[in-house]
Amino acid sequence: MKKQFMTPLIVFALLVVLLVVGLVKAKYIRDVPSPLIGKAVPVFSIPTVEDQQKVFSNSELKGQVVLVNVWASWCVSCRAEHALLNKVAQQGIKIYGINYKDELSDARQWLSAYGNPYVKNAHDITGRAGIDWGVYGTPETFVIDKKGMIRYKHTGPMYQQDIDDKILPLIKQLQAET
Amino acid sequence: MIFSYIKRFFNPCVFRYFFFFTLLCLMTLQVQAGSVETPKEPIIFTDPQVEKDYLQLAKELRCLVCQNQNLIDSNADLADDLRREVAKMLKQGKSKDQVTQFMVDRYGDFVLYNPPFKTQTWLLWGGPFVLMFFAIYWLLKKIKVDAKEANTDSAELSEKEKERLANILNKK
Repeated sequence: MKKQFMTPLIVFALLVVLLVVGLVKAKYIRDVPSPLIGKAVPVFSIPTVEDQQKVFSNSELKGQVVLVNVWASWCVSCRAEHALLNKVAQQGIKIYGINYKDELSDARQWLSAYGNPYVKNAHDITGRAGIDWGVYGTPETFVIDKKGMIRYKHTGPMYQQDIDDKILPLIKQLQAET
Repeated sequence: MIFSYIKRFFNPCVFRYFFFFTLLCLMTLQVQAGSVETPKEPIIFTDPQVEKDYLQLAKELRCLVCQNQNLIDSNADLADDLRREVAKMLKQGKSKDQVTQFMVDRYGDFVLYNPPFKTQTWLLWGGPFVLMFFAIYWLLKKIKVDAKEANTDSAELSEKEKERLANILNKK
């Protein structure tokens, strides 16, 4: 083939590669990489959903590998994820909740109706703690190591596959760390 | 899978179009909807400089929910929270850089519509110049070639062309 025909063909082929990569990646593009990974959990001290007289603070997230799940009763995807959280909690994994911009009565009703997988829930009515955690789309799940550092963040509802492929192996690995 | 679609449906960006439609329906049906959300307090500035800084920042910061809108444009609940947070910090006397850093610490460089130049973004900033370099190079080359062709006396046939002409004529 003549060279002059080859040039546009090559340019076109490169363009196709670029667009295909873009299309494939577009599925995940909403996931903003969190700058909080590798950092200590944000400082917070918030009354719990269970008892407004009691406080849940960041200092409690030290010493063991736990999950922190940000949820709300108005959040449709949280409803989808909830059964899985119940299952994970039954496997002995500790899940702490941050109840994000929710009415207390709604949150309590949710927990009694769908089961409560959480050790305790911070009642973040203003969403201010959510901002510190970089929350932008509930549900969000963080994996916290023994030192109280955020090691992983999952945005959106988790599915069984996410638990099996990512969360559980990571928890095991982090539990082995001293 | 289905839930991600539902989530997208309830996404505030899409939702606002439905909002007006719903409002229209409600008005025509004269339905008494008791729980219309109470409007939030407007953000008020006393210092014009702070207001100017606020408007500039809110235009440069991206809403994390409606990811192609800035904080000013977005109707998302989070955007409203972040606008208020930005206004609050500026009123407290924090600099624009400090507020920007606050946002980057939580949401990463992604929140910046005006991202900094660093290793991850060199292609973003440098890409257009690289493309322009190649385009100019190609253009100059093309001009040179064209000029060369124009300079050669077009009345004069090259050896190859003479041969080809002879072939055609001989065929007849």
